[in-house]
Amino acid sequence: MADIPTQNGDSQHSADDDVTMTGTDGDGKKDVKLEDLFADVDSDDEFPSSRPDGAKPSSPPVAPSSPVGNGNGISSSDPELLRMFYQRLFPFRYLFQWLNHSPTPTNDFAHREFALTINDATGNEIYLRYQSYPTADLIRKDIISKIPSRFEIGPVYTTNPRDRKSLRNQNSFKPLAKELCFDIDLTDYDSIRTCCNKANICSKCWQFMTMAIKTIDTALRDDFGFKHIMWVYSGRRGAHAWVCDKKARTMDDQKRRAIAGYLEVIRGGAQSGKKVNLWRPLHPHLTRSLDILAPHFQTDVLETQDPWADSERSEHLLSLLPDRALNDHLRKKWDSSPGRGSSSKWADIDAVAKSGASKGLDAQALLEAKQDVVLEYTYPRLDIEVSKKLNHLLKSPFVVHPGTGRVCVPIDTKQLDEFDPLGVPTVQGLLAEIDGWTGDAGGDGDGKALADWEKTSLKPYIEYFRSFVLALMRDERDPKVKREREEGEGMEF
Amino acid sequence: MLRQEYSRPDPKRRNVADYRKKQFADPTYKETEYHHRLNFYATPPTADITLEQFEQWAIDRLRILAELEACSFRNKSQAETASHMEPLLKKYLLLEPNSSSSSKLLEERQKDHYSHFILRLAFASTEDLRRRFSRVETMLFRLRLADEGPSEKNAFIQSVNLDCDQVTEDERNKYRAELAAVTGLKKGAEEETWIKVDWERVPDLVESRRVFVKAGKAYVPSKEQASMAIAEFTKRLDRALELTARALPRLDEDDRLTPILDHLSKNFVTPDASYASSSPSVPGADISARNIDTLSTHFPLCMQNLHRTLRRDAHLKHFGRLQYTLFLKGIGLNLEECLIFWRSAFHKITDDTFNKEYRYNVRHTYGDVGGDANRRGGGYSPYSCQKILMEHPPGPGEAHGCPYRHFSLENLTALLQGVGITDRSVLHGVKEDKESQKFHMACNRVFEHIHKNEIKKAKDEGVMTSAQLETIVHPNEYFKRSYLLRNLSRDG
Repeated sequence: MADIPTQNGDSQHSADDDVTMTGTDGDGKKDVKLEDLFADVDSDDEFPSSRPDGAKPSSPPVAPSSPVGNGNGISSSDPELLRMFYQRLFPFRYLFQWLNHSPTPTNDFAHREFALTINDATGNEIYLRYQSYPTADLIRKDIISKIPSRFEIGPVYTTNPRDRKSLRNQNSFKPLAKELCFDIDLTDYDSIRTCCNKANICSKCWQFMTMAIKTIDTALRDDFGFKHIMWVYSGRRGAHAWVCDKKARTMDDQKRRAIAGYLEVIRGGAQSGKKVNLWRPLHPHLTRSLDILAPHFQTDVLETQDPWADSERSEHLLSLLPDRALNDHLRKKWDSSPGRGSSSKWADIDAVAKSGASKGLDAQALLEAKQDVVLEYTYPRLDIEVSKKLNHLLKSPFVVHPGTGRVCVPIDTKQLDEFDPLGVPTVQGLLAEIDGWTGDAGGDGDGKALADWEKTSLKPYIEYFRSFVLALMRDERDPKVKREREEGEGMEF
Repeated sequence: MLRQEYSRPDPKRRNVADYRKKQFADPTYKETEYHHRLNFYATPPTADITLEQFEQWAIDRLRILAELEACSFRNKSQAETASHMEPLLKKYLLLEPNSSSSSKLLEERQKDHYSHFILRLAFASTEDLRRRFSRVETMLFRLRLADEGPSEKNAFIQSVNLDCDQVTEDERNKYRAELAAVTGLKKGAEEETWIKVDWERVPDLVESRRVFVKAGKAYVPSKEQASMAIAEFTKRLDRALELTARALPRLDEDDRLTPILDHLSKNFVTPDASYASSSPSVPGADISARNIDTLSTHFPLCMQNLHRTLRRDAHLKHFGRLQYTLFLKGIGLNLEECLIFWRSAFHKITDDTFNKEYRYNVRHTYGDVGGDANRRGGGYSPYSCQKILMEHPPGPGEAHGCPYRHFSLENLTALLQGVGITDRSVLHGVKEDKESQKFHMACNRVFEHIHKNEIKKAKDEGVMTSAQLETIVHPNEYFKRSYLLRNLSRDG
C-alpha cells in the first residue's frame, strides 16, 4: 500500500514511486555559472552574505521577456530567482534541526522522505519522491542544484528511502513517524464566505483562518497536551499546522484518525443539508470552541460577511432552524424588508420567538439549532485526510508558492490577529531587499557579517522558526540527560 | 545492504522473545481452566483433539464469523445483529454463563478456545485475511461482552488488567461540569466511577468524543470501560496474528492440517473480490465510453449521482473519480475506453492538464502503473456498498458516497424524483429506511420498484432463482442485475 499516491485534496499529483530525471541535469547546469557552483562548495556558511563579495546584484540580471509576470515583472517560479532564494535565504540549517531534533545528524533526518517538484526545460512538472539527505549541507546542495519549484516533507521511514528497493524484504520499508498535520483551506469556506471565492482571499475571509487556528490550537494544547505546534501560511489561501511533539510524531494512523475525528465537526457533502449534527449536552471541547468562536461570529461573520443578505442565502439559514411556524414568520418579515442585514436577521430569530409567533415552539431545540448555526459558520473546516495518514506529504515551510511568490512563513500564534497573509514577503521582494540593504547606521561595530536573511523582512519569521526549533530540541534532549544522571547516581551505590 | 535486523537478540529483549517461543514449544498438556465465559485467547490450547473435531469446530466458528460479516455488510445495528445471531450462536458456538447449571461449560469453552486458534492459523497468512479476521472476531467479542451480566462483565474486565488510575475526588469536583457533559446525565458525574488513562489507549472513544480529554489524559466513565476491553482485545489479537504469520513458514506440518487450513481460508472470500476480474460482467453489452450515458440508467443511485454531477460540472473531485472509475472498471470498461471517457467528460480542461493531473490516477486505479503489488493485483477492487457507506464520507463540494446515507432527506427525494422515482409509497419507504439507517434496504427498494415487472416475470419463469435475487450489497451487482433483467424482458 506504500505506493498509493498521496492525496492532496483535488490537486492530485501523479506520484509514482520514482520518476527519474534523465538528461535534464546536464542542460540545467549550463545556466549556472561555474564560479557560483564552486563558491557554494567552498563556503560552509549556510547563510551566505553578499557583503564580502562586493556588489553583486541578487536579482537575476535578465528580468524581461517573462510572460507570466508577477509583481515586478519576474515570475516567482523563475529558476534563477528560486536558486538565489534557496542559496541565500532558505533556512536549511533550522529546517534540518527541526526535523532532526538534535544538532548532530540522526536517522530522524536521514530517513526522512522529501518530495521535490521540478520544472524541466520543456515546462513539464516532474515529481521526485523518496529523496533523502544525511545532513543540512547535502539537502541544501541538492535543492540548489535541482531548484524545485516546491518540496514536500513526508515521514521518517524504517530505512533510508533511497535504499528501499535494495531491501530483501520490501515489507520492512514502512513509515515510522511524522508530525501530526492539519490543513485548512479557505476554498472549503466558499459556501459561507461572501467576499471571495476559489483561490482568492482577502483580510475579511482570513478571519475564518484566525478563528480556525485559535480553536484547533487550543484543543491540541489543552486537551491533548501538545506543546510544539507550528502554524504555517501555505502561500495562498490556507494554513498548515505541524504538531511536532515526540508523542504526536510517533502516532499510528488510528490515533491520527481519532484526533481528526475529535476535531471534525462540519461533515457532509454538497447535498447533505445540515452540516453540524451534535449530541447534547455538548462535549467540553465544543462548549469551549463555542466560547472562542461566538465573538467572531458576531463581528467577523454577521457584520463583515453578512452571509444571509439575499433571500436565497437566508433561506439556507431558515432550513437550519427547527420550527416551521417560526420560519414562516421570519420569512414574511424578511421578505417585506429586503436588504435587512444578517445581524438584524439573527436578532430577529429570538425576537420573533419571544413574541410567541409559534405556539408549539421548543425553546431548547431553537437554542441548539442556533448553536449549530454558529458552529457551521465559524468552526474550522479541516481537510481531514491530511491529518489521518502517517504517510501524507505536506509542503515544507519556507518554500515559495509558485502562484503568488509568497514565502510559506510560520505564523506566530501570539500575534495571530496581526498576521496579514497579503503582506507576507514575496521572493521577488526579498531579493530586492537584499540589494537595497545598506547596513544599519553604525550598527556594524561588532564586525560580524549579517546573514542575508537578516537584511530582509523574512527576519522575524526565521527568528520565530529558530526559537521554535530550539525549544523543540531542548525538550527532546532533556529526558536523555536526566536518565544519564540517574544512572550515574545509581553507580555510586 | 547487509542488514541483520534479527540476528542477535538484545539481552534486554530476551524475555519478550520468550512468549513467541512458548506458542510453539513442546506442548505441556496442561488442562486449561476457563474462569470466565469470555476469553482473551492469550494462551494457545495444548490438549489433544481429533482431526474431525479440528475441522468441525473450525467450520462452526467460521459459519458464525461469516454471518457476522454479512450483518455488518447489510449495515445491521448492534441490536439487530444480536437478535439475528442468537439462534446461530446457540447452534454452533454456544457459550453459557457461569451462572448456568449446564454441565457442558468446560466443553463449550474449550471448543470456543480451540476453534479460535485454528482459525487464527488459517487466517494469519495474508494482511487482508488478518484484518478481516480480527475485525469479525472483535465483533463476536463485542457481541458476547454486551450479552454478559453486569457482575460477570465487571469481573472479566477486572481480570484483563487494564491498568489505569482512578479519578480522585478533587479532580471530579474540578471538572464537574465537563464530566457531566460527557455522560449526558445531569447527576451522572456524581455516581459514575471514572478512570483516567492516556488518551492513546482509547482512540475510538476520543474520536467520537465520548470521553473528556484534558492534558493528554482521557477520563473514561464506567459504561465505556467495556469498549476499552474491546480495544485491548483487538490490539492483542492483531499482535498475536502478526506473530502467527511470521511463525507460519516454520510450521513444520505434515499434510493433515495444511489442506484443512487452506480450505478454511478459501471459504472466507471477501464479497468485494468477486468483482476483481476485469472481464465484462454482462455478456453482449456494448461497454464503451460513448455508451456510458445510455448504460447509466442501470446504475445505482450513487453512481447516477456521480454521473450527473460529472455531466453538470465537467469535473469530479478525487474520491468521486475513484469511486466512479472503479465502478466503471467493474462493469467492464477497459482502460483505454475509461481514459477516453474521462478525457471527454472533463471538457473544460486542456489535454495537458488532463495528462498531468488525472491520467495517472485512472491508470493507477486499473493497476497499469504503481508498485508491484498494485500492478499484480490489477489495481483496486470496485467499492462495495459497505466501503462506500463507511469510508471517506463526502466533504464540502464532493459528490461521492451513498446518497441514501449522505444526502439530506429533501435532497435525496429531489434526486430520486429527478431520476424518475415518483411513486409515493416508494419514497415513503425510502424515508423510513433512511431514518432507521437501512441504506441498503432503501437502495434495494428502489431497485425492486424499477424492475417490479421483470422480477416477477423472472421468478415466474424460473429464469432467476431467488438466490440470484437476494439483497444487493455491491453497486456492480446492481448494474449487472438491472441490465440482465431489462434484457430478459426484451428477449421475452
